[in-house]
Parts: sequence; structure tokens; C-alpha cells
Amino acid sequence: MFTVKIRRIITAALTNFWRNGWVSVATILVMVLALFMAGSLILFQVLLESTLAEVQKKIDVSVYFLPDAEESEILHVKKSLEQLSEVQGVEYVSRQRALEIFKERHADNTLISSALDELGENPLGASLKVEAKDPSYYEAIDVFLKNGNFRGIDKVNFRQHELVFKRLSDTLSATRKAGLGVSIVLGAIAFLVAFNTIRLAIYTSRDEIGIMRLVGASSWYVRGPFLIEGAVHGFLATVITTLLFWPLTLWLGPKAQTFFGGIDIFAYYAGNIIQFFLMLFLIGVTLGVLSSFVATQRYLKI
Amino acid sequence: MIYFDNVSKIYNAGSVALDSVSFVIEPREFVSIVGQSGAGKSTLIKLLLAEERPTSGKVFFESQNIHKLSRKEIPFVRRKIGTVFQDFRLLPMKTAYENVAFALEAAGRDDAEIASDVPHVLDLVGLADRADYFPHELSGGQKQRVAIARALVNRPEVLVADEATGNLDPINSWEIIRLFGKINELGTTVVLATHNKEIIDTIDKRVVTLENGRVVRDEKRGRYVL
Repeated sequence: MFTVKIRRIITAALTNFWRNGWVSVATILVMVLALFMAGSLILFQVLLESTLAEVQKKIDVSVYFLPDAEESEILHVKKSLEQLSEVQGVEYVSRQRALEIFKERHADNTLISSALDELGENPLGASLKVEAKDPSYYEAIDVFLKNGNFRGIDKVNFRQHELVFKRLSDTLSATRKAGLGVSIVLGAIAFLVAFNTIRLAIYTSRDEIGIMRLVGASSWYVRGPFLIEGAVHGFLATVITTLLFWPLTLWLGPKAQTFFGGIDIFAYYAGNIIQFFLMLFLIGVTLGVLSSFVATQRYLKI
Repeated sequence: MIYFDNVSKIYNAGSVALDSVSFVIEPREFVSIVGQSGAGKSTLIKLLLAEERPTSGKVFFESQNIHKLSRKEIPFVRRKIGTVFQDFRLLPMKTAYENVAFALEAAGRDDAEIASDVPHVLDLVGLADRADYFPHELSGGQKQRVAIARALVNRPEVLVADEATGNLDPINSWEIIRLFGKINELGTTVVLATHNKEIIDTIDKRVVTLENGRVVRDEKRGRYVL
């Protein structure tokens, strides 16, 4: 009996969907708008996050060692740093490598290169480039190095850049917060528009709902087709929206990459299209079913 | 079978739709409820279908107080009461066949039963050739006959008609009333709310007269007197 009822509910839903053609099309279009907004916000967040990460990667703290520091000591410091949860990564620049970098940088300055040759030995110390997970962690890393009683450390260049770090860190977190705030507001608007469109569509069926109840249908038997229809609207809107994003990101991707310097959102979109589809599908179907549920509730009171 | 026990319905402070109404309807009876517009006929039927709740008093259907039932239980009572309305109340997006079948589907009948009963009942009301028409493609009389077919298809114990002939011309009205008579002869209780004097005077059955929400007359072989 249960399966027969389910089958009847699904048949009724599909028949209604087809016979209410224009209402279905209008509802799907509004839902496409809402899902498009949701999808854009996800892509915007990804773009913002990758751009910020790019900026963040450009800053680091260097720990300079004295030229006579033992390599084992340096590696010990490196290991200790790597064990910190705040640290993203540590890069070891050996004395030899430091000299090469120095020479490369001043290759066209004969005075410096001849002075180096004169000196005969490598005057540079090794260093560690420390990248934190968040710019606000650098201070803690600095304190860790000061209190750690590590030997051979010449200086840590954190204090010199402290102000820049602080500003950058504040800017990054403010941008993230603003991005999230804008996303929530726009997402809520899109959700409300779609929600009310579905409610209006069901408002036109309020008499039918009452008739079905008076003829002896249970609440769930009346409501079922509306919920399934909502899910169908959500599904079709998801398919349309996912297809729409393909040419859009293809066109926008390279432009955004040149401008923001983050990742290519087309590559991101193409690579995550299944997750993207599932995400929109979840939003679309929830939106369709939930709105239909709420909208039918008040007309089922008969 | 149906028992109104001192029922009052007050919509808001100024308008009393029903005032201490009591009467009993026995199985297989044919009862006409008459009165002018606003006398309380429709309210009475709404209370019987649990579409509205009484302000005070009780309404029993087969010794069950229908306003004590939960929203889950109400459909089971409604399936035993076939209803025909003045405004037909057909589902506009369903064909005549589907409108009738809906009542059976909602009651959980199996497909074979639906496939045999729906054409049968459509034939009974003379609409076998209009099964695939949508309500907007049918005339008023045809719509009302679809509604009657829907009300009958569940083999209800009571058929309730609220101004069922109100929107029909005299010939169609008579056909519908004859149909009700036939249904009653076959053993179904019929409750007919109307203000059509001619019909009442010809039927020659029990008449309950309402005036300003009160029962002013209840006669075994009544006439329409106001």
C-alpha cells in the first residue's frame, strides 16, 4: 500500500508539473537565480581565499644564524619550529645557498663580487624562512624562538616587520569577515525571493488543497506531490545553474586571475564540478521542499 | 447516524450562524435543510465535515464526536461522507476521470478497483463520454455530475449536498435531484441543503427549516414554508 501511495504521489507531482507548465518554468527560473547567487558566492569565496593566501605566502619571518653555527643546531631549531601548530612550513637556506643567492642578486656589481673574492671565505650565515599559518601567529613564533634557548641564532627579523604584519593581518581578517557578511546577506535575499515565489505558486493551489482534504485525503497525501514538485524544481534549477557556470567561469577565469593573482576559477570549477553540483543540488532541493512544506502547512488546516 | 447536540456557531461577536441547534438524522433518511441565505445551512454542513469547529455543542457521526478527532483521523470520517457543493469544487488541473479517481486513490483503494469503479460511476451520472475532459471544458450541470460521481465513488454512508442545484438551470436541477432520490433508494442517507422551494415541495420528504440560525420547524413530510 505504501509503495502504491508513493507511486501515486510521484505521478501526481509529475502531472502537476507538466500541466502547470508556466508556473513550473517561472519557479525554476527564480530558483536558478537563487542558486546562481549561491554558486557565485562560493566561487567568490574561493577566489578571495586563494588571493588572500597568495598575499599571505609573500610574508615570512627569517631566523638568521651566526656564520659559525653548527648545522645540527640549525636543524634542531627547524625541527622544533615544524612541530609548532602555528607553523605552515620552514625552509632551510644553507650558508652555501645564501652565498649563491647573494651573488646572483649582485651579479652585475663588480665591486661586491671582487670584495667577496678578496674575502676568500663565506661571510654569510645560514637562515630559516618560517611561514606561519596566519600572519597573527608570527609574534608567538618570535616569542618561542626567544624563550627556546636555541644556540647560534643571530637575529629574528620579526620586530622590523611587526607593523606591516599587524596591518596585513588585520586587513586579511577584515576582508574575510566582509566577504562572509556580504555572502550571508546576498544569500539570504536570494533564499527569501525563491521561498516566496514558491509560496505564491502554492497560494494559487490553496483551494485545491482544501478540496483534497474535504474529499478525504490525508495531509501527507495532499502535501506529497507539492514536496516532490519542489524537489523537481530544485533539481532542474541545479542542472541549469551548473551548466550556466561553465561558459561563465571559462570567460571570467583568466581575467580574474590576471587581476587578483589567485587561482583560475575555471580550472577550479571544472575540477570540482561534481562537488559543486551536489552542493547546489542540496541547496536547491532543500529550498524547494522546505518552501513547499511551509507553504502547504497553512492550507492543510482544514 | 448524525446527531447535532445543542450546537452553536458564532463567527464573531455580531454574527450568530447557528444558535443551539439539535436534531438527529437516521440511517437511510432523505433530509432537506431549508432556509434563506444566511440562515445557517452552509455552516451546518461545514460543521458536519469538520471544516469548521462549533463554538459550543457537539456533532456526532456514528456516535463519534467529529470535533474531538485529530487531523489524522478526520479523513477517515470524510471518506464516509460524500459531499457535493454549489461551486462544484472540482480539481481544475485534473480531468473528470482523475477527479473521481482521486477520492479513491486518497482512500487507498487499489488500481484494479479504481479502473473498474470510476467508469462505472461516471456512467451512472451520464458522463462516460466526458471522462477525459477538464472541468473548464464541461458545462455547469456536467461539472456537478462529476462532483456527484466523486462523492458517490467511495460508496459513502451519507451524501451531503450544499446548494447542489444552486448554479444549475431547472432541467439540470431536476436531473440531479432525481439522481439523489435514486441514491437514497439504494440505501444512502442524503442531506440536502437548499433554498429551492419547488424542489422541496415536490420531494415530499423530511424538511428541517432554519431561520436565523435556529431550527424553527422539523416535519416528517415537509414543505418549504417561511
